[in-house]
Amino acid sequence: MGKLYEHLDELENQSIFIIREAFNKFENLAMLWSIGKDSNVLLWLIRKAFFGHVPFPVVHVDTNYKIPEMIEFRDRLAREWGFELVVGQNKKALLAGNTFPNGKATRVECCSLLKTEALQELIAQKGYEAILLGIRRDEEGTRAKERYFSPRKQSFEWDFRDQPPELWDQFKTDFEPGTHLRVHPLLHWTEVNVWEYIERENIPVVSLYFAQNGGRYRSLGCAPCTSRVPSNATTVAEIVAELKQTRIAERSTRAQDQEAEDAFERLRAQGYM
Amino acid sequence: MAKRAVHREDEPLKNLAGETLSSRPLRIVIVGHVDHGKSTLVGRLFYDTGSLPEGKFEQIQAVCQKRGCAFEWAFLMDALQAERDQNITIETSQIWFKTRLRPYVIIDAPGHKEFLKNMVTGAAGAHAAFLLIAADEGVQEQSRRHGYLLSLLGVRQVSVLVNKMDLVGYSQETFDSIVRDYQVFLNELGVEPRSFIPISARNGDNVADHAEAVMPWYRGLNAIEALDSFELPAAKHDLPLRFPVQDIYRFDHRRIVAGRIESGTLRVGDRLVFSPDGKESVIKSIEVWNGPSRQTARAGESVGITLSEQIFIERGHIASHEQHPPQCSRHLQARLFWMGRRPLEIGRRVKVKLATQESECELASIERVVDSSTLELLGTERRQVARNEIAEVTLETRSPVAFDAYEQIPALGRFVIVDQYDLAGGGIILGNALQPRQALPGKLFVGRVSPDERARAHGHQGALLWISGGSKELKKQVVEALDRSLFSRNVQTIILDESTIDSSLHGSLPSQPAGDRLLFGLLLASGFAAAGLVVLAILEDGTHELREKCRKKIESLSGVFVHIHLKPEQPDSHSEFADVLVEPSKSVEDSVLQILERILPEIKYKSKKWFYEI
Ligand SMILES: Nc1nc2c(ncn2[C@@H]2O[C@H](COP(=O)(O)OP(=O)(O)OP(=O)(O)O)[C@@H](O)[C@H]2O)c(=O)[nH]1
Ligand SMILES: [Mg+2]
Repeated sequence: MGKLYEHLDELENQSIFIIREAFNKFENLAMLWSIGKDSNVLLWLIRKAFFGHVPFPVVHVDTNYKIPEMIEFRDRLAREWGFELVVGQNKKALLAGNTFPNGKATRVECCSLLKTEALQELIAQKGYEAILLGIRRDEEGTRAKERYFSPRKQSFEWDFRDQPPELWDQFKTDFEPGTHLRVHPLLHWTEVNVWEYIERENIPVVSLYFAQNGGRYRSLGCAPCTSRVPSNATTVAEIVAELKQTRIAERSTRAQDQEAEDAFERLRAQGYM
Repeated sequence: MAKRAVHREDEPLKNLAGETLSSRPLRIVIVGHVDHGKSTLVGRLFYDTGSLPEGKFEQIQAVCQKRGCAFEWAFLMDALQAERDQNITIETSQIWFKTRLRPYVIIDAPGHKEFLKNMVTGAAGAHAAFLLIAADEGVQEQSRRHGYLLSLLGVRQVSVLVNKMDLVGYSQETFDSIVRDYQVFLNELGVEPRSFIPISARNGDNVADHAEAVMPWYRGLNAIEALDSFELPAAKHDLPLRFPVQDIYRFDHRRIVAGRIESGTLRVGDRLVFSPDGKESVIKSIEVWNGPSRQTARAGESVGITLSEQIFIERGHIASHEQHPPQCSRHLQARLFWMGRRPLEIGRRVKVKLATQESECELASIERVVDSSTLELLGTERRQVARNEIAEVTLETRSPVAFDAYEQIPALGRFVIVDQYDLAGGGIILGNALQPRQALPGKLFVGRVSPDERARAHGHQGALLWISGGSKELKKQVVEALDRSLFSRNVQTIILDESTIDSSLHGSLPSQPAGDRLLFGLLLASGFAAAGLVVLAILEDGTHELREKCRKKIESLSGVFVHIHLKPEQPDSHSEFADVLVEPSKSVEDSVLQILERILPEIKYKSKKWFYEI
């Protein structure tokens, strides 16, 4: 692929290795799909790893506050690529209206109810031993400290004070009954890498990432808590070029991160992605 | 505070000669004793090169103000509350960085001893390291331990940064004395540092600039230049092929062997051997999804292949070319680093993971244990390896594993150990520990004649008399006299002397690691004993562990094992374990009598049910 893309080959090979390890070690495996760019790349890598197949379910946690275009995109891709889509939702919280947009929860509480708890419930219900997730180390400080294979307690907590060692691509695949694992095949990618790869492989993404009227989404979350960044990038190549220049942090438009110094850390310690 | 900004331009990466470089990032780990300024250096590197995200500096400033502390560059990396509260790094972080030359992944490791497993996690994947030593404290426990671990983990490119020069008045003498101290330590490890650089991470001296104003005596590289002087490791395409099978898939009526090529190159049409079983087949295709078809694949690639003959293979098998297969053994001679909370004792069952192979294994013996900080020898007769210790050991696996010496093919020469649910140790393979148990395949000596038949015919059982201690001359005299008196009692004897083994080893098995002479001697001796002879073996002492193993082996073959030790003037540790301990004051005749008294009743033929393995 030439020197210009050498790093993408390296990233891709490493991710495929991790995905295959997870598939080999866990009978009951699923991938968490946020419909954002990272999880689209993850889904693509899974198809590469398994020669066009997605041999386990793809889970989407629907907060009911996603931007409508994302849901259309989700259902279309599931049809076209032919994988098993599982949708989870914290119906109880939604029925009770315990959400941020309703004014009955803070942003952070809303995130833990609609995402973390919904995922926890789904995992319990389906008995997934491990979940593949498209988080990256360069997104923010606590993710920078993640492992590829990250054990979670029954209570869903991330014990970042006592993580298992991980060396020479030997991962923690033995764990006590009742715990489960988060597997992070994209941990070593950067935001720019993700877009370079989307460009090289021609991977579909929702149009919200491209600029309209001088702004675009850089990170996609729920509509009430995500906003657009000023941008004129209307193609993937322009996005890559823009990101190589910018010094603005990727998640600066995600309101729940900004609430307090440790807001995101607390969310993640409880089991947020 | 403004420093020279170096990069963030979006231009192809070129070296000084103008050649376009690889776009692969170089991974650099920052290690060293707690509080010596590792995280501060990373923060400062980012700031001085204009790499901090917008608003990050102000954000850290606000956090520090709120906490009522002075500005902490370390907060860029120390993102956890627990880390900021105590001003200590707990968990390794990784962050991306770019100079004009190339991209980097900077891995900030914790310095506290408590978090050594996190340091190991960070350092294991690095191509190069900065090792920080604070000038005011000098070389400390973790400065040395981290240095040792870098060498164990295979990180060979190291620059030593002497930090906090501002605290010692930028003194050249202080710098020089730390360099001397640490150089001595590194020499013992056989590590040659690239450079020693005096810096002040907090003030940014010699980080991205040249601090001639405060350190006019230093003319070498700054930290950024040192970074750019490291090299990306060469690709492993030219090494022998190692393709560990990761999984077998059945998709679309094809049986696909999936895995990552760890070294070498494979081509369609190549004949592969799968170790340790030795089954063979030919590569029919390299499978590709959504890409052009291909004929070759190389080290580093995660691929899938199909084979022309369907043979039974599974995860853990290692494919290679016929000419250069890996070694296979159940006995691995290794250097082990232990991280587990509970120590690893001899005989305890754990699991070893090597490439995609997994096997139950036990710690068979400990050759020596070293304090990973002082390099001090903690003993050769230890029964366990405790946390943070490094030991040379022999691991015995339940089934044979395929491997290479670490120095030859790193990916097949390193392993981890899983204790219950936890990854508790890591190590590199030094070689194949040819152990007597493994070195005694039935066909070598047993044939169809049972030990009982042999014993009946000879009138005595086979035995191994392991004779150690005393002077060479004394051993020779005792053995000759013993041989004579046994012979006169119709006992079939054979003398096995180290020099015999030496001469036989010399021609056929060059450059064997130390200890092999002994193991080879034991192999021969056990073979003779199993053939019903009484072997008078003049061997070096070996470890108690090894002797006990040998005893078990001989006994399982219905033979007799006796360790005879001629006590030297200064009694040694072997004296306490010997079956027969001969006092130095005794004459040769008396010594022989003492030995005969012990062994004759034991080897005398008595009818009993023999356990017989073939
Ligand atoms: N005076 C002075 N202080 C420094 C310098 N570098 C770091 N420090 C201070 O030393 C303390 C420890 O720095 P850190 O960067 O947290 O040290 P560390 O090596 O990352 O520590 P651990 O990760 O916990 O092992 C902080 O208070 C820093 O401000 C320096 O060059 N000069
Ligand atoms: Mg630190």
